[in-house]
Amino acid sequence: MIWNESVECADPKSLKQLQSQRLAKLVEYVHANCAVYRQMLDAAGVHPGDIKSIDDVKRLPFTEKTHMRDNYPTGLFSSQKDVVEIHVSSGTTGNPTVVGYTRDDIKLWSDVMARCLCCAGAEPGDTLQNAYGYGLFTGGLGLHYGALEMGLKVIPTSSGQTARQLKIMQDFKPRILSCTPSYSLFMAEEAKEMGIDPRSTSWEIGVFGAEPWSEQMRREIEEALNVLATDIYGLSEIIGPGVAQECTYKDGLHIFSDVFFPEIIDPQTGDEAKPGQVGELVITTLTKQAIPLIRYRTRDLVSINYEKCRCGRTSPRISKIRGRTDDMIIVRGINVFPSQIEHVLLSIDGTHPYYQLVVDRKARQLDELEVMVEVDEKIFSDEVKKLNDLREKIRKEIQAVLSISVKVTLVEPKTIERSMGKAVRVIDKRQK
Amino acid sequence: MKITQISIFLENRKGRLYEVCSLLGKGGINIRALTIAETESFGVLRIVVDKPDEAVKLLKANSFVANITDVVAVEVSDKPGGLANVLKVLSENDVNVEYMYGFLEKAGDNAILVFRFEDTAHAQKILAANKINVVTSQNIKGL
Repeated sequence: MIWNESVECADPKSLKQLQSQRLAKLVEYVHANCAVYRQMLDAAGVHPGDIKSIDDVKRLPFTEKTHMRDNYPTGLFSSQKDVVEIHVSSGTTGNPTVVGYTRDDIKLWSDVMARCLCCAGAEPGDTLQNAYGYGLFTGGLGLHYGALEMGLKVIPTSSGQTARQLKIMQDFKPRILSCTPSYSLFMAEEAKEMGIDPRSTSWEIGVFGAEPWSEQMRREIEEALNVLATDIYGLSEIIGPGVAQECTYKDGLHIFSDVFFPEIIDPQTGDEAKPGQVGELVITTLTKQAIPLIRYRTRDLVSINYEKCRCGRTSPRISKIRGRTDDMIIVRGINVFPSQIEHVLLSIDGTHPYYQLVVDRKARQLDELEVMVEVDEKIFSDEVKKLNDLREKIRKEIQAVLSISVKVTLVEPKTIERSMGKAVRVIDKRQK
Repeated sequence: MKITQISIFLENRKGRLYEVCSLLGKGGINIRALTIAETESFGVLRIVVDKPDEAVKLLKANSFVANITDVVAVEVSDKPGGLANVLKVLSENDVNVEYMYGFLEKAGDNAILVFRFEDTAHAQKILAANKINVVTSQNIKGL
């Protein structure tokens, strides 16, 4: 079913009209309520009254992640008193990013998440096992709100405790599973070890996201778990999960452009990318209240398709993430972000060591990923066994996150190349 | 009586051991005992020196990862079965040895062995109760 048919299947003309009205109102709203945006708009020479059509979006300045960090915690908020929920993301470099929701923002989130779940094929009355983490991470609660909105029975298992997840699956027979794609494969493995045939699980639909994943991984998941594996896209700055979602045709992710207006730009020049070309996804939140963002640069590289989908939806479709404007690399079909390695290292003893990814490809062999980690005093031990255990732990956790085998090497401090004081995160030795 | 051991992380690279020893030598620090535990890609150098505080300061100032561990230097009679006698006492009293190595110097007629115990306090009690001599840090400076 289509949750919000009037907008998801709207004809382009009336959609544009709606977007135009909303953009004009948005610019007026942030100009009146957020000092940071007022300054940015003034500096760009834009007066709220100038914005009459969605095409005028190009006149507006970009918002970058640094704007959020620099105005920590709530400088970019346009409303403070009506905020009913706050989420804080882990800050891997500098301040964390903070997002807030008013009651209407939560309604919006519930609505777009309900659209996502319906896109994936959920029907009211189905049971959802929600294995995204609940808490400051937006994944868990986002799915939860959407499930409640569309009338699913939601089991908030959150992430981890795999044996328990599988027991709950056996006892309550949820039709839908939501989690990160790598965790779904991890559960398939655990199921095998527990003597459960992963292909016989009750899950028929997977809503997988929160990390980049490839078509190859989709095939693996669908094969291992006998499910329809759909991709969900979102980022906490925009709303959390619920920005875009694949329908059952799995031919691009429907982006809900009536509320999250997408543009694809050349990340170098900031100019509009040619139709169909891969560029950086930029999103304007047309109706958010607590922290609306104008032309937010997601750093995700995608292409966009405005053709009507076979499912009947007219909402444009973005491709799976093709890359990042930052340091991302692709190893054996898997997208690897240095930040993923950083998170793993941070989760182990809370250390934040220097690291470097080295990718190499020997003749007629698979790509090899080596993670060099600088040993610091916090993780150093006089016992070789402990160092080896640590190396093994890092290796296993990185593998669980990336779903590819890696080699971990402990190196001495200051051996990883720095450029301008910042570690060089990636060295790609593969022959192009 | 505990003594201080310094452990240093070393990659298996040519000249790294030399660099540590040369640094300590220039700093006027004398190595009294030494061992290396190695793996395929890295090693841990463990040393006992006459001036441990200065040594650690010097190493850290030169970007080595170094930490200190309490170890016990035990006097062992330098004759057949000498070490076995000590180990027998330890084993009978459930004292676990993580690793051990020899000192360069002797204390009179006795050899000195450095022990890293799982539970140093417990090990010290057992050694004292069985009248096995241990070397103090003051003694090490004099060796």
